[in-house]
This record gives sequence, structure tokens and C-alpha cells, in this order.
Amino acid sequence: MATLLFWVVAIVLVGSALMVVGARKIVHSALALVVVFAMAAGIYLLLNAEFIAIVQILIYAGAVTILILFALMLTRVSNQNELTNPNSKTWWAALILSALVGAGVILASTFTHSTTLLEKSPVAAYGSNSCPLPTNNVAYIGQLLYSPSCYSYVLPFEIASLVLLVAIIGAIVIARED
Amino acid sequence: MDFLHPTLNHFLVLGAVLFCIGLYGALAKRNAIAILMGIEIMLNAVNITLVAFSFYNTVKPFSTYLTGQIFAIFIITVAAAEAAVALAMIISIYRKRSTVDVGEINLMKW
Repeated sequence: MATLLFWVVAIVLVGSALMVVGARKIVHSALALVVVFAMAAGIYLLLNAEFIAIVQILIYAGAVTILILFALMLTRVSNQNELTNPNSKTWWAALILSALVGAGVILASTFTHSTTLLEKSPVAAYGSNSCPLPTNNVAYIGQLLYSPSCYSYVLPFEIASLVLLVAIIGAIVIARED
Repeated sequence: MDFLHPTLNHFLVLGAVLFCIGLYGALAKRNAIAILMGIEIMLNAVNITLVAFSFYNTVKPFSTYLTGQIFAIFIITVAAAEAAVALAMIISIYRKRSTVDVGEINLMKW
């Protein structure tokens, strides 16, 4: 069942990603992007990452897509005959480059024995966590993000909130009419 | 039909394919918003790879730590900030030059 779900979700994901880069009208690209984000959330669910899946739906499929659609609405191409999503003149170079990168990454990820490499990892010092491990995935992510006493990512989390604040103010300042 | 069963390599290859589709979109498109969409696809591909690593992790101290998912959360945060700032810049450029074609935004070209 999980196998079938994985293949269906993966094929729809790659197909809609191809539609994003291949569509002639940019609104169609933006709508295919919603499918990409939703299918990526499905992949996260298959990998037991419920929290990431929900966050993906909320932030990407909800917020980022609406933001992109608003930007499309505000930047209309005036000429009706003009293509809204044209390729550049050197698109073949981009095709070759991305194919090379993809071939390299796929070769590297397929023909290495990643598990045997991981088992000999010398870093085991982080295992000294005295806190009780929550059985729930989401509760454990919460402990990892917020806990002041256990091993956690509190400081990066606070820095991320600062990044978001700077982005909010920066977006307002940049897009303001003056 | 054993190879159909999803393993870590399946998710890594899926991430790689998605990454190069996004890379092609970011490199070959002229509309600035389409470039942004390509970048979002690339970030999603990296997220899939990280979450897959956290799921298939076999090292005992790390397998309980979900570090890949934490990384994915931070990537989503930064991607949201990046999208907001980039779209604000695109709107600002459109207001000044009434185009979002990156081939025509060549003020700093020499």
C-alpha cells in the first residue's frame, strides 16, 4: 500500500513540477505549483513527518502560493499576444546543466553504500540526553525546538524568528509606494 | 518487484529529479516569478531529501533526534522569508520599469 502510494505521489509530483517549468501561461505554472506542494506534503506523510506535512500545506500551499498569485496579479503583462512565461534564448544550456547536475546527484546517491558509511559515524556524543523521549513525533519536535534544558535548537529558532521579522519589514519597505 | 518498494535511494532520486527540474526552471525562464517558482521547487526537493534521511537514519543517537525534520522546518522558514522579499522586489521593479522580464532588467550589466 505504501509502495503504491509512494509511486502515485512521486509520479504526480514530478509531472506537476514539469508542468510548472513547461506551462506557457504563468498562471498555469502557479496552479501546478500548488499540486507540487501538496504532493510534497504527501511524501512527508509517507516518511512519518506529520508536522512537516502540515507546515508544508499551511505555508507553501497556503501562503506562498497566494503570495505568488498576488504578485502575478500586480505584474500583468500588458500585451495580450505576448507569452507570459517565455524561455530565455539559452534554455538549452540550462537543460544541459540541470541534466548534468541531476545525473551527478543520482549517481552519487545510488552507487554509494550510505548505510555502511553512516554506521561508522564517530559522533556519538549527542546521545547524552537526560530528558525523557516523547513517543509522539510532533511532541518530540516541540521539545527539540523549545526545550531550554534538553538538547534543543532554541537559539537557531530565535534567530529564525528574527529572520522572519527582518523579512516582513524588508518586504514592506521594498514594496512601498513612495 | 522488490525494487519498487521505497527505500532511501528512491527518495534521494526523487529529490534529485525534482531539484534539477527546479534548477532548469530557475535557469531557463525569463519571467522573474517563474524563476522564483523554480527556486521554491529546489527548496522542496532538498526538504524531501532531509526528511528521508531523518526517516531512514540508522545511527542510534541520531535516529531519535529528528535532526532532518528540524532542518526542514528552518528551510521552510527561510523560504517563506525569501519568497516575501523576492516578490516585494519584483513588484517594486515592475512599478519602475513595467516589466518582470529578467532579460530587460539590465541596469547593472556592462
